[in-house]
Amino acid sequence: MRTVVEVTETVVETPSTITLRFPYEPPADPGQFVMVWIPGDDELPMSLSYTEGGSKGVTVKAMGETSRRFLSLRRGTPIGLRGPYGNRFDLSPHRVLVVGGGSGTAVLAPAAERALARGAFVTVALGATRADELLFRDRLRAAGARVEVATDDGSEGTRGYVTALVSSLLERETFDAIWTCGPEIMMSKVASAASPKGVPVFCSVERHMKCALGMCDACALGPYHVCVDGPVFRADRLTSTEDFARFHRDPSGRRVPF
Amino acid sequence: MADLGVRLAGVALRNPFLLASGIWGESGASLSGAWNAGAGGVITKSIGSTPRPGYPNPTIEVYETWGLLNAMGLPNPGIDEYPREIEAARRAGATVIGSVFGGDEEEFARLAHQIEATGVAAVELNLSCPHAEGFGTEVGSEPEDVERIVRAVVRSVRVPVIAKITPNAADPAGLAEAAERGGAAAVSAINTLRALAIDVTLRRPVLAHGLGGLSGAAIKPVGLACVWQIYRRVKIPVIGVGGIRTGLDALEYIMAGARALQVGTAITFGGVAVFGRLNQELSDRLDQLGIARLEDAVGAAHAAHL
Repeated sequence: MRTVVEVTETVVETPSTITLRFPYEPPADPGQFVMVWIPGDDELPMSLSYTEGGSKGVTVKAMGETSRRFLSLRRGTPIGLRGPYGNRFDLSPHRVLVVGGGSGTAVLAPAAERALARGAFVTVALGATRADELLFRDRLRAAGARVEVATDDGSEGTRGYVTALVSSLLERETFDAIWTCGPEIMMSKVASAASPKGVPVFCSVERHMKCALGMCDACALGPYHVCVDGPVFRADRLTSTEDFARFHRDPSGRRVPF
Repeated sequence: MADLGVRLAGVALRNPFLLASGIWGESGASLSGAWNAGAGGVITKSIGSTPRPGYPNPTIEVYETWGLLNAMGLPNPGIDEYPREIEAARRAGATVIGSVFGGDEEEFARLAHQIEATGVAAVELNLSCPHAEGFGTEVGSEPEDVERIVRAVVRSVRVPVIAKITPNAADPAGLAEAAERGGAAAVSAINTLRALAIDVTLRRPVLAHGLGGLSGAAIKPVGLACVWQIYRRVKIPVIGVGGIRTGLDALEYIMAGARALQVGTAITFGGVAVFGRLNQELSDRLDQLGIARLEDAVGAAHAAHL
């Protein structure tokens, strides 16, 4: 079933991302997503960036036409919700490296917060094109994470991709698990860097979705359906497919390269 | 353990449970997954001439456990792109039935011919999607249209041709008779029932397309009635579809006259593992009733001469 609620708060996080907060009671865990419907427009899968209590939230980057329209939503706008759907991050590891690229950090922030609350030691490698696009840096620091930053233009932290930062962290320190979300090419590089160290990597992946019930096949990724088998996968399950970091499917089901 | 194997229009099926068209049918890996989970065969997504994205979301509305409303809008990658998915499923050993949709008999015939070339065991014609302008029900609601389209397809392919019939017509069994006259080797009944969901807060239909098609447990009695009537009026085999979730549902359809079955919406409850469970439950039911072969139960309920 679908619940229609009003947006209670919008927060401009960066020039290209916005958080929508709304009342939604069904319990959710970090890693899960909801289907968010803008009446008269479209319905998109969005990982929850706020999972605790009755005030949930999603954080959206303006990429496609519809997600751009999410940026124009205001307090009081009705939206439809169903879910939460999908699996969760395993929050049991003690020393965690969180790797967020761009808006991918949206799903990682509540996972890091919950892990920190249970006493985990969390390091965050945060990447963005430039300093003002770094998502949830202050939120993660406030929660007690150590946050290291890489920007493409060097406007904050290390200059370059976050994957270089990850490699250097893996050289210096040991981790029990890596959680990552961002462009698949980035996640695939994180998986390659972690593999020789034997650190398990968990990736939150995104695909075009329609039913979110594991039925319509729109989100097929190799033998998996992202909506029910994911969105969080152990990297070795993804790297063994022909699709990960290479192909996704468009709304017609055509396999197209990234 | 009862024998669940059936012959359907010359095609040997290891069990009667076919993956219904439109479910898990976009990728070869998914078709293979359904086969490996125990489906007796897999029916592809309905394929058209060109890539088609389908309608915007919301494309589905879920009603607890009893129903599912959808208006996907026949999304498919097109006949040029899709054969690679069928080939992947065939490499996994699956018995594949190719589903196609067209706007007229020439388009149906051409698509059926093209999909036959991928090595499918049969072709199913989607004459019954209830929510796609110019296709489906719009070309499959009149007996003369059904007969003409089926005849054109039968002339263009060697494999058996299956017509999937709409329940959204005054006399679905009359459509089945028309398909038989056109040379169909079997009919599938039913496709989804035309249906609508309204959100009262927003004062609008929920689905982006407005009208959709209802599937799932709610439509089982409707499907049974159609299969019952069709069985009495045609000689070709009937494939029962609509709300099959358990071995008992399956046997009801078989006794109403179905020789094979399609399963779709039930996959939302736990995935394709449903095929293994259905096989077990149907076999157990047959054993309890002392029926050694599934084929012996086909149409059994008609013996009561109602």
